Amino acid sequence: MRRPSVSRRGLIGAGAAGMGGLLLAGCDRLSNSPSFQTFIGSGEDLTFGAQRLLLAGQPLAREYSISQLSPTFKSNGTSMPGGDAYRALLDRAFANYHLAVEGLVARPARFSLADLKAMPARTQITRHDCVEGWSAIGQWTGVPLGHLLRTVGVAPAARFVVLHCADDLENSTDGSGQYYESIDLFDAFHPQTLLAYAMNGKPLVPAHGAPLRLRVERQLGYKQAKYIMRLELVDRVDKIKGGKGGYWEDRGYEWYAGI
Amino acid sequence: MPTDSAIDPAIAAPVSRPPLDKETIYRHTVVVRITHWVNVIVVSLLLMSGMQIFNAHPRLYWGEYGADADKPWLEMTALKPDSDHPTGVLRVAGAQVTTTGVLGVSKGADGQPAQRGFPRWATLPSVQDLATGRRWHFFLAWLLVANGLIYLLFGAFNGHFRRDLTPTGDQIRPRSILASIVDHIRLKHPVGEEAKRYNILQKFAYLAVVFVILPAMVLSGLTMSPGFDAVAPWLLSLFGGRQSARTIHFITANLIVLFVIVHVVEVFIAGVGNEIRSMITGRYAIRTEPHR
Repeated sequence: MRRPSVSRRGLIGAGAAGMGGLLLAGCDRLSNSPSFQTFIGSGEDLTFGAQRLLLAGQPLAREYSISQLSPTFKSNGTSMPGGDAYRALLDRAFANYHLAVEGLVARPARFSLADLKAMPARTQITRHDCVEGWSAIGQWTGVPLGHLLRTVGVAPAARFVVLHCADDLENSTDGSGQYYESIDLFDAFHPQTLLAYAMNGKPLVPAHGAPLRLRVERQLGYKQAKYIMRLELVDRVDKIKGGKGGYWEDRGYEWYAGI
Repeated sequence: MPTDSAIDPAIAAPVSRPPLDKETIYRHTVVVRITHWVNVIVVSLLLMSGMQIFNAHPRLYWGEYGADADKPWLEMTALKPDSDHPTGVLRVAGAQVTTTGVLGVSKGADGQPAQRGFPRWATLPSVQDLATGRRWHFFLAWLLVANGLIYLLFGAFNGHFRRDLTPTGDQIRPRSILASIVDHIRLKHPVGEEAKRYNILQKFAYLAVVFVILPAMVLSGLTMSPGFDAVAPWLLSLFGGRQSARTIHFITANLIVLFVIVHVVEVFIAGVGNEIRSMITGRYAIRTEPHR
């Protein structure tokens, strides 16, 4: 009996190559479909749910020793915000800077840098993980966000803290490129969540977010908003800017960046 | 009738009336067949979306930290990136290889050379899109874990691991292992009774993939998650830091690619039609006489 093994083998090979090509083209087309993006995004929802379950006891992110600090901490995104307003603050070493806290709070308030530095401080050496894959270890000193929130009093309806920043990554004229971020109260009250004003023992420099940046240690770098000017407590984020809760979120990245 | 006896020669039942020089056994249970093909798709797409994610920072480090100013042990980059003819290079532990067209520099969507780690035909999606690559990767990772758990539970309780994957006493003698190595080099495959079970190198390869490489892959992937690190900081100690975990994730992915290449080559050597049929229908033909 003659077995048609050669032609069958050829057929399978050609079939596999053809399938491979179709698969590639198909996956690209699927990637461009919003409904398919939502479908594979269900994996992210599962990750968020699973991590929140596992993080229910609010464990701390690992803290490192001074000897483990990165020799150079990479500055990513904006390294010097444009615009006269920021320039004016920088020229006076942020002496006339005020952090506004508003929205769903009992007592809206403005805090100078001196006010913030007079509050109880926490210093921690933690790892900063960029969504791109690199990591850097730095020491941060700041006021725990939870303390500030208790000072102003969070309204019962509030669920998110929105951080409005001074930098415009797209140098847009209408403010559409203005950086912003949001975290929920679960992360806002975590003991390692800081509004940091010092890094590696020195006042924050513009490249790392002077005068004030967020540290939310169990999430990726794009959540660590720099140049914070205003905190807004809200019940939902979908009416703010692009509606996804942050600058990079509005450009396709996940709101939950714990992975 | 096919039975669930898989490939144990003692209980493998011939199916129908075999031709004189051939008998057909029931080799792969339905769970093995389904999880195998799910894995083919899921692992392929995980590799492709993984290369998309790698391309966002095509450098690898050892230790807890690592960024632009730190020394990578592996790097894909471009020399003269702004010229008309940039050169793509792969640097590993100080050595440099020109890889223009594949690694470091390859054709972009416009057909012009562009700086990127892996080429567009290898990544998912083909354009540089980290956010979409991550969405694919984490979706597929859940599928890999679910599929893997089904396979592991089945393998443990149904006897697949004990019966089919555990080396037998006669197989692990140095002389038998050496003989199997020689057989592999000569591309000679066992026939008759011996073909009814996996050979010793095959068992070692499957055991390594199932119990070492894939678990290391999943755990090193989880170690890159800052959220999961707070849940299980021991993972950072296990892998020696987050950047080491990223490196090990990359190495294990390469080991899986190596395994798949050898696996597919062996399938062709052993008889592609028979092998693929056995992984679809479960039935596998055994030559009962030595092949001329």
